[in-house]
Amino acid sequence: MAELGRVGEVIEASTTEFVAQCYELYQSPPLGSLVKTILPLEEPLEMYGIVYNAVTSSLEPGRRPIARGKDETSEEEIYRSSPQLLKLLRTEFSALMVGHRQNGKLYRYLPPKPPRIHGFVYLCSDDEVVEFGQSFSFLNILLNAHLPVSAEELVAATLRQMSQVYDDRSRFMVTAGKELAILLGGELNRLKAILGRIKP
Amino acid sequence: MTQQSSQRLGIVTDGSLTKGIEVRLDSSASVEDMAVGRYVTIEGEKRRFFGMITDISLGVIDPKLTLTPPDVTDPFTAEVLAGTSTYGTLHILPMLTIGGGATDTIEGPQPVKTVPGHFSAVNQASQQDVELVFGGEDARKFYIGTPLDMETRICLDLPELVKRSNGIFGKSGTGKTFLTRILLIGMLQKGAAANLIFDMHSEYGWSGTSEGGRTVKALKQLFPEQVAVFTLDEANAKRRRVSTDFVVRIGYDEIEPEDMTLLRQTLNLTEPAVEAIYQLSRKFGRNWLQSTLGLPESEETEEMLKGLSIHESTFQNLLRGLHTIERLPFLMPHSPDNTVKRILEYLDRGINVVLEFGRYTDITAYVLVANLLTRRIYAQYRERMEKAMAEDTAPPHPLVITIEEAHRFLNPGVSSQTIFGTIAREMRKYNVTLLVIDQRPSGIDDEVMSQLGTKITCLLDNERDIDSVLSGVPGKNELKSVLARLESRQQALIFGHAVPMPVVVRTREYGSPESYKDFLSPGQTDTKKQTQKDIEELWK
Repeated sequence: MAELGRVGEVIEASTTEFVAQCYELYQSPPLGSLVKTILPLEEPLEMYGIVYNAVTSSLEPGRRPIARGKDETSEEEIYRSSPQLLKLLRTEFSALMVGHRQNGKLYRYLPPKPPRIHGFVYLCSDDEVVEFGQSFSFLNILLNAHLPVSAEELVAATLRQMSQVYDDRSRFMVTAGKELAILLGGELNRLKAILGRIKP
Repeated sequence: MTQQSSQRLGIVTDGSLTKGIEVRLDSSASVEDMAVGRYVTIEGEKRRFFGMITDISLGVIDPKLTLTPPDVTDPFTAEVLAGTSTYGTLHILPMLTIGGGATDTIEGPQPVKTVPGHFSAVNQASQQDVELVFGGEDARKFYIGTPLDMETRICLDLPELVKRSNGIFGKSGTGKTFLTRILLIGMLQKGAAANLIFDMHSEYGWSGTSEGGRTVKALKQLFPEQVAVFTLDEANAKRRRVSTDFVVRIGYDEIEPEDMTLLRQTLNLTEPAVEAIYQLSRKFGRNWLQSTLGLPESEETEEMLKGLSIHESTFQNLLRGLHTIERLPFLMPHSPDNTVKRILEYLDRGINVVLEFGRYTDITAYVLVANLLTRRIYAQYRERMEKAMAEDTAPPHPLVITIEEAHRFLNPGVSSQTIFGTIAREMRKYNVTLLVIDQRPSGIDDEVMSQLGTKITCLLDNERDIDSVLSGVPGKNELKSVLARLESRQQALIFGHAVPMPVVVRTREYGSPESYKDFLSPGQTDTKKQTQKDIEELWK
């Protein structure tokens, strides 16, 4: 049994992002959630990422799943009659590196080293989310990343996720919105797109 | 520097010393809460600056925002954009530095000689800041009013004020008379100067009326021991139940040709007619006026006029003018008492003299009497001052002469000839200064305007009047917008010698029983002092 909040393991890592496989099929953290992995150095290096993508695919790249439900009554029946499916499929999620903690101090920019393969990945606690959300300087990384999802979608999803741990959600959203208005000074349409998605 | 964060308005983004400083408002401060004329402090790195808001404007970070305005019906969008993409800017005129430098700490606020650095924080000025700049009430300083939206008292240094001639301007009905009354009370309380007031409409002596028709007490009622009311019109004073101290009568023999020069315009005299007055006075001496009026229509007269080379039509023109003067009831062939001597006696005892004109409010009487008396009083002061300088004794107590409708005495045509022009220009050399009250400052000679030390101006809306009042003031254009936006009552802009920086005040209340008490209570000690002085005089 995995410890509390542990959701998966790093299977691909670079300076700017990492990919983790979930322990349970379909149990990837929601889009925009804050996750962390720890590099066990002498002074442990905690690395924070924002989930920007999740993929479920076959374990073997060449073997594509086939449709099985023609004679079944429900989706659950398929998994019940073919229990091996749970072992043949896997869910992965990708996270964009947005910060790290070293010597107890939180930095909202890229860590000096990438995570290691098989590093455990945890979903951050509410307290950690609140601490991380005290400054919005990480939004700049999200806005400038080249990702399969649009930056506007990712920023909006991240803010919606973070806002859940705050008592005064609308206050949080207004503060974040103001930060975005400054960052996107000359890009009115992008700003409008995000604001439309984070309206409380 | 303890400033509450709630007072923070924004940061400095741009500016120059001559044109003023641009401040970007924080998103927490709304443009609608700002007001032109309000004070701010700017926290520079080494100094604190004190300035006044002179303009407020709106800005957008991206011009596209003005072309495709966002949906502001949505409160969230509106709140996010306010202060970030859309923002307010303040235009601030820095005036003084307070605190910081060594001189500031020792000598108080200094005129500003530089601007604060980029992104210095701008705060709304606190009560303490304003007090630091304008000072609290004390033996010299007199409380004249409060700044807009503040309870702090703005005080004028009266002994400093009376060292130069001053002006009170404003459209009719904006409170010039009330302001003058307050200022006169101040001078009286602080013993800054003795006042001689030429009271054209009988508003300063016993009682005046407010805009609403209410009667308000004037100087004599409030300070009976320190004010003497002189009148030209005894009957009128009796009807109004005003106790007067002296009835002014002027003898024909007291009128000198110089007194007539000023009346040239009012009496419609020609240039040769004025010249003729001098010739006639040379011929007849002191009694020239009476003698001229008494000339019979005979050949001898014609001969005499010919001898003096005065043309017949000139003489007729002069006679018409002299008859106008002759009709003034307070003039008589020979005056039983010497008015100038009387006035001086009172002034010497530190008693202020209000000269009421009663029904004789026409400008001829006013100009004649004011000019005639002032010329003689000024000559006396001049003599005494010169004597005091020669003998190294105490100079005479400062004298302030208050004149209304000042443009009649100080317009470019006559200011070089009248005594008032001389006083305004020569200023304090002889301890005599003017308090000029006028509603059309543009009618006053520029040279005189430039010599006025402190100008107090209520609302003016004529472009030429505004230009004339503000000529030569640093930050003129900025002050223009402040001046034009004064409320039409109880508000005034004060600038010049007696205040460290231009200031908009809501003048203190005058007319209610509490206000009288306020005026009287700090004056109590002065009254006692005055009584003491009177007793001493008696035993001399």
